[in-house]
Amino acid sequence: MNMNKEKEALYNSPSEFYNSKETIDGDIATINLGPTHPATHGIFQNILKVDGEKIISSEQTVGYIHRAFEKLAERRPYNQITPITDRLNYCSSPINNLGWHMTMEKLIQAEIPKRVDYMRVIIMELARIADHLICDSVIGVDTGALTSFFYPFQEREKIYELYEEICGARLTTNIGRIGGFERDFTPVFHTKLKSFLKTFPKAFNEWDSMLARNRIFMDRTRGTGPISPERALAYGLTGPNLRAAGVDYDVRVMHPYSSYEDFDFIIPVGVNGDTYDRWMVRQEEIRQSVRIIEQAYGNLPEGSYKADVPEFYLPDKADVYNNMEALIYHFKIVMGEMEVPAGEVYHSVEGGNGELGYYLISDGGRTPYRLQFRRPCFIYYQAYPEMITGQTISDAVITLSSMNVIAGELDA
Amino acid sequence: MGKIDNDKVINGEGYQLTTLDKAIGLARSNSVWPLPFATSCCGIEFMATMGSAYDMSRFGMERLSFSPRQADLLIVAGTISKKLGPILKQVYEQMAEPKWVLSVGACASSGGIFDTYSVLQGIDRIIPVDVYVPGCPPRPEQIIDGVMNIHKLVKKESLRRRYSSEYRDLMKEYKIEMKDPDVK
Amino acid sequence: MLNNEALLTQLEGLFSSNILSAEINFDLLTVEVPTSKIHDIIAQLQKDENLSFGFLTLIGAVHYPDSTDREFAVVYHLDSWKNKVRLRLKVFLPLSNPSVDSITDLFPCANWMERESYDFFGVIFNNHPDLRRILNEDSMDYFPLRKEYALEDGTREDKDDRFFGRV
Repeated sequence: MNMNKEKEALYNSPSEFYNSKETIDGDIATINLGPTHPATHGIFQNILKVDGEKIISSEQTVGYIHRAFEKLAERRPYNQITPITDRLNYCSSPINNLGWHMTMEKLIQAEIPKRVDYMRVIIMELARIADHLICDSVIGVDTGALTSFFYPFQEREKIYELYEEICGARLTTNIGRIGGFERDFTPVFHTKLKSFLKTFPKAFNEWDSMLARNRIFMDRTRGTGPISPERALAYGLTGPNLRAAGVDYDVRVMHPYSSYEDFDFIIPVGVNGDTYDRWMVRQEEIRQSVRIIEQAYGNLPEGSYKADVPEFYLPDKADVYNNMEALIYHFKIVMGEMEVPAGEVYHSVEGGNGELGYYLISDGGRTPYRLQFRRPCFIYYQAYPEMITGQTISDAVITLSSMNVIAGELDA
Repeated sequence: MGKIDNDKVINGEGYQLTTLDKAIGLARSNSVWPLPFATSCCGIEFMATMGSAYDMSRFGMERLSFSPRQADLLIVAGTISKKLGPILKQVYEQMAEPKWVLSVGACASSGGIFDTYSVLQGIDRIIPVDVYVPGCPPRPEQIIDGVMNIHKLVKKESLRRRYSSEYRDLMKEYKIEMKDPDVK
Repeated sequence: MLNNEALLTQLEGLFSSNILSAEINFDLLTVEVPTSKIHDIIAQLQKDENLSFGFLTLIGAVHYPDSTDREFAVVYHLDSWKNKVRLRLKVFLPLSNPSVDSITDLFPCANWMERESYDFFGVIFNNHPDLRRILNEDSMDYFPLRKEYALEDGTREDKDDRFFGRV
């Protein structure tokens, strides 16, 4: 029998062999990844137990930017809650804002014009593009391609310009109102959106082709941080992370809202649930978002940009100055004296990183009795230790960035 | 040193008289290494500031130092909760003198809209701040303005400031230990 | 597809005596069940082939300080993708013993949501693997989302309550 020395030692006395191996590999070390580690893109702490570079176990600490959104919401009149939702997932704040408005509209049973629905779809899909661009460009940075940060950010600024044209703000948008929007799309918005739809796909494909079939990028991301569909479901993953694992759950299709059933789009799914699949699913979702925007913008219905709910819709500024009734409503809404029906509502939208839900309990008072947010990050971040066990430290870093964990949403 | 050769000065490279303070200030202010302590929303605007559209490297700041030991400027962008406060203070203490602090956004400056049980009401309760940038979040232009104000401070700072008794009293007020108390 | 009325009929067939009350609240069926039975009911809903509530959407607690012996509610939102229907289950707990069985063995994702409810309201989840505070500091000595505690930080001197309508 022809055996090399190592194999021989293993056959003669396995226990001794493994004991000797352990000393060769060195002792188990404990490493603190975070809370201010530069590669974590936010304040997350993971205490890793590592054997060499291999992660054996990980323990998470969260709550470093806990801001008490839910308590804050109990003290604020309904129309003042929109700014809080901005700061949940700040990469795609318009989705949070509009989701909250839709929750309120469900509670007051307002009838929303089709035009508002379509305008919302356009804005929410723009926000989804902005969100996925950040996440995917950061995966590029963490795998060593800084260009993939600079290049899409150029395009992302154009989405900010579009937000500015609608509401005047860039990041924390506070977009829209309960019942619709403060104004219709402006002529500048139309020109800017048209030029965005024309230039973005080209620039996006250029960036995409830089990484999608890049040998280095693929070797780096394929097989890193994988999760099976069963485990993904058990851990409550939603959004692109769940779809990368191969489950085609999308709130836009399962529980449609804001006329999403009118549009034709594909839900991309992955196979392995690894970093590469998550990246690819997001990239494809950006393409689908562009498709949805094109459809919504092409078929933008005529009509009003606001619903007929004067008790809840903050009136136009011009009316407030010239119209007695509008002034009264303005005063009542701003002071939180709206008569909101009592009841319990759960509404969810497909946020940038999963099912973003609002569980609102109203007792008829001026503020919500309880408002709980279903924050997708908070729920799926629990799966992280399982996903990185057995991987290396550098894999843990890109797995974290590919999960798109947003600290503001995680810690509420 | 010898006599200044007029001919060499007029026809050669020339010279300028200045003080050491100013020369060092000029050098320091154009090569600040920032440590971004970005926690939340303002961090994304800080990313936009670093990005291609606003381009911080125009100010000699493209080199982000994620290690506090090598950083000159601590950029605190975002909410600091009471749980995170001690960590921020530790990062500040790890930085070597001279060091400056830029507080970006309403949350870092005053707690912002989050006057809640879990949020620190302004980072100036635990570390001294040089420049505050208002906004929730500030636009990239505002962040750049804040950075330029830091540059002004850096440029005109006296070399002796960090050893002065006023500075030491300030540190004592914040219960931050000075590393080299013997230097007069 | 299954609508709420049909769902209620099926639920009544499955756990007739355990349904304390049921109402349809804005396109969502809300069912109150006994506190001791919640674990078994969710387990059965998860396993049942027709209903197959296989996805846990949300767990949260609510504080009702004025209702005696029903001070806390723990609310479960379940989602059945097969039938495209959601279900809200509620249990009520007394202040003297705010404890309910954990469902982490059925849904691993319940872990942090239950820890959060403990952190905010002090609801004890029996058999939870690691019931600690999650968002707040470990040293915190109260449960901040209970109605009796103030929202504000309390250390600010620049805010005069008279100007904010709080006297």
